[in-house]
Amino acid sequence: MSTTHSTVEEIHSHGHDHDHDHDHHELGFIRKYIFSEDHKVIAKQYLITGILWAFFGGALSILFRLQLGFPDMNLEWLKPILGGWIDESGKLDKEFYLALVTMHGTIMVFFVLTAGLSGTFSNFLIPLQIGARDMASGFINMLSYWFFFLSSAIMFCSLFLETGPASGGWVVYPPLSALPQSMPGSGLGLTMWLIAMALFIVSSLMGGINYICTVINLRTRGMYFSRMPLTIWAFFFTAVLGLLSFPVLLSAALLLIFDRSFGTSFYLSEIYIQGQALPNMGGSPILYQHLFWFLGHPEVYIVLLPALGMTSEIIATNSRKPIFGYRAMIGSMMGITVLAFIVWAHHMFVTGMNPFLGSVFMFLTLIIAVPSAVKAFNYITTLWKGNIIFTPAMLFSIGLVSLFISGGVTGIILGNSALDINLHDTYFVVAHFHLVMGAASFFGLLAGVYHWFPKMFGREMNKTLGYIHFWLSFVGVYAVFFPMHYIGIAGFPRRYYSFTALGNNAEAAFTDLNAFISIAAIITFSSQAIFFFNFFISIFKGKKASQNPWNSNTLEWTTPVEVGHGNWPGEIPAVYRWPYDYSKPGSATDFIPQNVPYSATPESNLPEETEEIAIEKDIEGLLSAQNEVYNR
Amino acid sequence: MNYLIGLLSIVFLGLAFAVISKSAGLSNKIKGGENDGTPLDSSNNTNAIGFIIFWLLGTVGGVWSFLDSQPDFLPVAASEHGIKTDNMFWMSMAIVTLALFVTNTLLFFFAFKYRNKRGNEATFYPVNHKLEIIWTIIPAIVMAVLVFTGWRTWREITSPAPSVSEVIEITGHQFGWYVRYAGNDDNALGNSNYKLIDDTNSIGIDLADKNSFDDFTATEIHLPKGKPVLLKIKAQDVLHSVYLPYQRVKMDAVPGMPTKFWFTPTMSTDEMRAKLNNPDFNFKLNCTEICGRGHFGMAITVFVDEPADYEKWKKEQKPFLTLNPTYLDKVPANLKAKAAKYIPAEPVAVDSTATEAVSVN
Ligand SMILES: [Cu+2]
Ligand SMILES: [Cu+2]
Repeated sequence: MSTTHSTVEEIHSHGHDHDHDHDHHELGFIRKYIFSEDHKVIAKQYLITGILWAFFGGALSILFRLQLGFPDMNLEWLKPILGGWIDESGKLDKEFYLALVTMHGTIMVFFVLTAGLSGTFSNFLIPLQIGARDMASGFINMLSYWFFFLSSAIMFCSLFLETGPASGGWVVYPPLSALPQSMPGSGLGLTMWLIAMALFIVSSLMGGINYICTVINLRTRGMYFSRMPLTIWAFFFTAVLGLLSFPVLLSAALLLIFDRSFGTSFYLSEIYIQGQALPNMGGSPILYQHLFWFLGHPEVYIVLLPALGMTSEIIATNSRKPIFGYRAMIGSMMGITVLAFIVWAHHMFVTGMNPFLGSVFMFLTLIIAVPSAVKAFNYITTLWKGNIIFTPAMLFSIGLVSLFISGGVTGIILGNSALDINLHDTYFVVAHFHLVMGAASFFGLLAGVYHWFPKMFGREMNKTLGYIHFWLSFVGVYAVFFPMHYIGIAGFPRRYYSFTALGNNAEAAFTDLNAFISIAAIITFSSQAIFFFNFFISIFKGKKASQNPWNSNTLEWTTPVEVGHGNWPGEIPAVYRWPYDYSKPGSATDFIPQNVPYSATPESNLPEETEEIAIEKDIEGLLSAQNEVYNR
Repeated sequence: MNYLIGLLSIVFLGLAFAVISKSAGLSNKIKGGENDGTPLDSSNNTNAIGFIIFWLLGTVGGVWSFLDSQPDFLPVAASEHGIKTDNMFWMSMAIVTLALFVTNTLLFFFAFKYRNKRGNEATFYPVNHKLEIIWTIIPAIVMAVLVFTGWRTWREITSPAPSVSEVIEITGHQFGWYVRYAGNDDNALGNSNYKLIDDTNSIGIDLADKNSFDDFTATEIHLPKGKPVLLKIKAQDVLHSVYLPYQRVKMDAVPGMPTKFWFTPTMSTDEMRAKLNNPDFNFKLNCTEICGRGHFGMAITVFVDEPADYEKWKKEQKPFLTLNPTYLDKVPANLKAKAAKYIPAEPVAVDSTATEAVSVN
């Protein structure tokens, strides 16, 4: 994490004198950049780890896209990297193909879009946007990252096992995952997968508890819940989702560990495998699926909500308009959060569960489309009559909204149990969730990086490279995932090494399309290199940023360009208004930051806001109480 | 090939765009932009136009690629419920594609139209309750209609199988399917038990149950056209999933928990061959739940026969007990006499007993 060296160093020399960091100048390199308790450093650690994982997870997908797009290609040239995973005929090993699919899913869902996204931006933005000096517990926050790091290290090592990493799909359904004799990847690879995931869950719980406590307890004076930026609302709901659902995944994993290692039968019953009848009786593989999807579905929103939250912020700022329907946005996020817990079994319509349950879950699933639709409409209305500035962050945010819509609508079809019968586990599903959950949240991650890079590193990223990066990614993502729906409608199942067994020469019909998707994927993946260089070079060589480069209203832009430990050198600013006073009639500037009191803007106050001038005194009076918190 | 040409044009478009925005950026520097404190640069218009171009290309590309792929979609559903779900699928697709098109159009069009213009000011428009109520209620109504139609069809599909159904047991294992028919005498499957599985008795047929005596196994599936078929689905080792793409049937096979799916095939193999003008066409049953190395190859051929042909085929099949007479040992003493007639000492007897088959219903 030495990358942050130069920026942070300078601030340290300025010094500042709030009490709580009196010991801060004595911190050595290790405590400052490695085992740091500063939320900003931890955020950068998450971000850089997330970016590295994203490239790795993306590279895995390119490998299996080679197999799908060019089944006859000789992959001998990959032997130096993959060794025995390329067989004598120069083809990808069939089990390794499944390992690639599994690890791509695991890495992208958990390590990139959960840790990389929430870990980075919840950590970075929560204290800065609510006006806190740091997280509620810097120590737990540090532990959270290092548990994640340990988890990453174990997951990474599992890739180099001779028997391969976990290979049963990212959902690791038992009995396949419970019986090492069923496939090599279910041996040590799966043990390591389970250990890594258990550590990962510990890490997300520590992070989540911190986010929730910080949002509830450390808001600056005047930062009522009704004045919080939508980013913070989104991070808050995300943390609640994670806190309530990840423990269930942990229990699923624990029971699986018991079945694998201690002879229990939670998920196993009446199994005959490799010429042997196993003694296990009475377990249910379906139980695992219920537990898994109880996290698995909220997980979709755990990766999506932070992206949507940041998008709200970025779209409002760059449209120079208030976000349309601020309260409706909070309400719909709250609705999504609650509903997310009671729709999980839509992943299980064809598992043989009671059809009546299927009806209930279909009903609940389609309800969740309503708040999602409200969000999409609100974004579009925010653009209406705006004065839009297309920064790279704004482009990615608009892209996100488009992907969210295009991927979201097919959820209405898959959530319909009658239609899911034919589409379940086909490429239609793959196309759907890659657009709505994969690409959309990834765009959110990129938008966030472009937007808050100046705050993170005190420098700007190159905009032109950002534009090129956006257009290649936007066109690329659609080129990869839009046509994939057709393959699904044609009934092609996912996780297939090849499609020859479908018979009737069906695989030939989509040879061209599969090649197209693979090439588009390679181009899209390669174009991320533009981002990679832009990101790392700008850290050192980027143009020095100004304090508030996007003319934004939220509190993080009131900190110095290079934010020091404790975030504000002097007192933490008070908050007097909501974060979306853009282009307010009567105001000379097109933005009024949250820390500007109404008494300073009589020309633009609405009637009910004039009344609030009276309580400004009360807000200021809270200063000493607020400082107390940090002096304890 | 078409796709590759399309792809190349996209790449070139991207490159062209890169060059334009690059040169725009340069000219901006020459003019000395960014003087009013806004993060605006002269690529702003280019990016705005980009959305319109994207919209245009996306629309054309979407329509063209759909028309191009359409002939390769699954042919008309070969089952009663499949026809219903297909209709509902295309109806829903029409609705959501319309929603997708309209919202994306507005998104890109607004992005373009309201791009920053110097001297322009955005409209302060934070809320409109009426609008919000409208666009909460409209999706809610559409969802309600979809839920209702979906629920009705789902309930029909998952209703108990008619008692006249042809019962067929299908068992997934790594990596293949075992098929067992209820036999020609009793139309009832005998018990099975995974502990009885051996090299010959690969399904673990329990010969202590008299219903097992006439059960026969097969290496391909035959189904009668126009008659309800009840699949009883099992798995031996790990999860599998029965997928009959042409009949729009899918149901997981779960070790320790038998599942089922009933449906009525509406097209015979011959009819589908004629319709597709492909004399080599065959229905297939594939696996759609990841089950290991051989998952992708886990297929078995399915023949849908005219009812008479189906009965003929069935009668030609020999019960498991007939093919493996040593398993008579496993039959309990009190049933030995009943089982004996399936033992091929007098091969003629087998055929004569088979005549009373179908009468069971
Ligand atoms: Cu879900
Ligand atoms: Cu399978």
